[in-house]
Amino acid sequence: MVTEQVVDLSRLQFAATALYHFLFVPLTIGMVWLLVIMESVYVMTGKQLYKDMTRFWGKLFGINFALGVTTGITMEFQFGTNWAYYSHYVGDIFGAPLAIEGLMAFFLESTMIGLFFFAWDRLSRKQHLLVTILMAVGTNLSALWILIANGWMQNPVGAEFSYVTMRMEMTDFWALLFNPDAQAKFVHTVSAGYVTGAMFVLSISSWYLLKGRDVEFAKRSFGIAAAFGFASVCSVIVLGDESGYTVGEAQQTKLAAIEAMWETEPAPASFNLVAIPNEAEMKNDFAVEIPWVMGIIGTRSLSKQIPGIKEIKAKNRERIVAGIGAVTALEALRRDPDDVHAREAFERHKADLGFGLLLKKYTVDVSQATPAMIDRAVNDTVPRVTPMFWSFRLMVAFGFGMLALFSLALWYSVKGTFADKPWLLRWAVYFLPVPWLACEVGWFVAEYGRQPWTIYGVLPTHLSVSTLSVESLYGSLAGFVGFYTVLLVVEMYLMTRFAKQGPGSLGTGRYANEAHA
Amino acid sequence: MLLDYTTLKLIWWLLVGVLLVGFAIMDGHDMGVGTLLPFVGRDDVERRVIINTVGPHWDGNQVWFITGGGAIFAAWPLVYATAFSGFYWAMLAVLWALFFRPVGFDYRSKIDNPTWRRTWDWGLFVGGAVPPLIFGVAFGNLFLGVPFSFDAQLVSTYSGSFWELLSPFALLCGVVSSAMISFHGAIYLAHRTQGELQWRALRGAGFFGGLMLLAFAAAGVWLWMGIPGYVIQSALDTAAQPNPLAKTVVREAGAWFANYRHYPLTLALPAVAFVAVPAAQALARSGRTMAAFWASALAIVGVIGTAGAALFPFILPSSIDPNASLTVWDSVSSQLTLTIMLVATLLFMPIIITYTAWAYRVMGGKVTAAYVRENSHSAY
Repeated sequence: MVTEQVVDLSRLQFAATALYHFLFVPLTIGMVWLLVIMESVYVMTGKQLYKDMTRFWGKLFGINFALGVTTGITMEFQFGTNWAYYSHYVGDIFGAPLAIEGLMAFFLESTMIGLFFFAWDRLSRKQHLLVTILMAVGTNLSALWILIANGWMQNPVGAEFSYVTMRMEMTDFWALLFNPDAQAKFVHTVSAGYVTGAMFVLSISSWYLLKGRDVEFAKRSFGIAAAFGFASVCSVIVLGDESGYTVGEAQQTKLAAIEAMWETEPAPASFNLVAIPNEAEMKNDFAVEIPWVMGIIGTRSLSKQIPGIKEIKAKNRERIVAGIGAVTALEALRRDPDDVHAREAFERHKADLGFGLLLKKYTVDVSQATPAMIDRAVNDTVPRVTPMFWSFRLMVAFGFGMLALFSLALWYSVKGTFADKPWLLRWAVYFLPVPWLACEVGWFVAEYGRQPWTIYGVLPTHLSVSTLSVESLYGSLAGFVGFYTVLLVVEMYLMTRFAKQGPGSLGTGRYANEAHA
Repeated sequence: MLLDYTTLKLIWWLLVGVLLVGFAIMDGHDMGVGTLLPFVGRDDVERRVIINTVGPHWDGNQVWFITGGGAIFAAWPLVYATAFSGFYWAMLAVLWALFFRPVGFDYRSKIDNPTWRRTWDWGLFVGGAVPPLIFGVAFGNLFLGVPFSFDAQLVSTYSGSFWELLSPFALLCGVVSSAMISFHGAIYLAHRTQGELQWRALRGAGFFGGLMLLAFAAAGVWLWMGIPGYVIQSALDTAAQPNPLAKTVVREAGAWFANYRHYPLTLALPAVAFVAVPAAQALARSGRTMAAFWASALAIVGVIGTAGAALFPFILPSSIDPNASLTVWDSVSSQLTLTIMLVATLLFMPIIITYTAWAYRVMGGKVTAAYVRENSHSAY
């Protein structure tokens, strides 16, 4: 029996496992390119220092990668275990990018990482560099296919519902592939990963510099990280998710919630820098507005309007009412596929089927939905404003904080004086956790902002779950969180230990803190 | 469209089989190695030798499992949804056991502490031994039927529990699978080690090969004597839009052997298993360990093929509502998705096999104690 508790626990488990997974993924995505850069310099100049850099940072990369793989296994199977109806309903579309990810990207990445670590003496320099590059390509292609899948959840293009098979079916693979939402998300997400990788190397190198050891090693690492990080943080901010907001209704709804924009303003809309949103009365109790900015960011024009929450809800109300017809006709068709009237009615309303299904949360028989139920379903169509509003601002603040740091780091790196700027080095050390916080908050904005849907406009979250018992879900949730937490503690211990020991852990005899093991 | 729907459905049954067999051969040998690790390796250096025979490869091999999951999702979404949510705790046990592998391999040798290393050795054992056991038990349950049903909107409900999966027949299938993977791992280990370790691996291959065939034969007899199969009774339109509720299915004694009666050539599959296991053992003993590995792989093809051929066209039979059983005809994706996935598979599989073979060649040769000592900071 699917109760609200089953839905909430399933969501909590997905969020927990995805957020854990995403503690490791961004670092992998970003650091792999830093390894490519370091090794390329080694191959071009033949300087041993750059090989040592590749191997030492590679060692830390490996410690992180292990948990990325561990937590990633869960993600591939969790749709089946916990989101069975979702898997059936959209597997025809959603499964393909996941399978292709395995074939095209994950095999490549995982095979090459073995050679990266173990084949230094068995391959020529150029061959080994090729291995590292293929590992990086595999990692990033992996992100591409996952975000194509995710992009389709936000903006489900190239698919149509079939009442015979009772599911969504693919009609246009290229639309799925070139979904503008997926493209924007891909660029934004991998760039965030690049920033994470750069911050990791920048922070730890700064720490060595503050301690005054392995100075040459740390300086070179700092320089590469500063340049790579500056380019990446610009990419996150400029090419970032903003470009995706104009696409599709899901993003419009998110945008309105993020901005706490209750009314549709005359274009160009103003931007709420800070506000205290009041959900009950659908207004802001307090707001600091900057004129024009929102309209320009959101539409890249001075004349296009951005719909406010009230307007979005009014439109959704019409779609829910029309959706009642679609659900009722579909249920008749499932009883008798030859019912001509039902088929006509279904064809008329089928664009609004998903909106009709929103009412299933409140009644089994949608045709008997009361106005009060419709009101509640309408209210569900916009995610809660306060968490969206503040988590987005937090993410942006982190982004600009890192932009400032990387700008100064690059500036003083070009001048060659960063090693004498303890304030800069300390700033870099303290900022180590910031990209992770930004990534996790960003995930929240993107996925909480999609609620109440798993597939926007197509399938409500509360219908997507497996029919599991509450006890099973408590058990598995506790198991995942417990297991992951233990593994995270072990990982942090190893990471800290090797980061503290520094390049001496390679056992080459060239660095401080030589390994004795 | 390239191919008609019926052909595509058949091809995808074969392809899922290929992925399953690929998983058993590739990830299977490193799982087998993990299972044998605490028993074949007596001290830390020996264990590091064993671990390093699969060190550079286990991660790539594990992708057979991940891609297998993705392919079932894409090609058989109803199977993916129904089986994994129904076998909830079994599936979680597999996932949680697999958690030990990445960390076990990568973290074990990073700290020189006997307790730390022994703990991860047992972690690698769990990660190697539990998944094949559970997959075997799951396969056994396919023959017995699985208690699930659908409502009119195809929401599946599973009305069994984890413990009910552990019936004697299913456990016997678990023994087949575990012994097969341990056998395969032992043969691989014999290929990559020498001296005392190799000798122990060969002894392991002797034992597990025998156990595997014994259990395999016993499961076959049990299936013949005591387990009714499933038969589709209604007229079958294999090219129809998939709807698992549109057929009638009955249970019938001996029905799991119907395909062998109709297509006697399929009997080659169990025969292959019975020939390939002793062949692999003999080849390994005579030092032709590479050929032994492929013979052992062939035995895996035989065992999994035997089960698949018996079940066809069923994938997931339902014990409480046989009509709702999932078959290769009515639980598949649309024609377009199957076509796209076929193209993607045909495109990438040869590339994957090429670079995997290259990786094994680069890392080939015997792993020795000297190698582990010389690379103490970089080897696993």
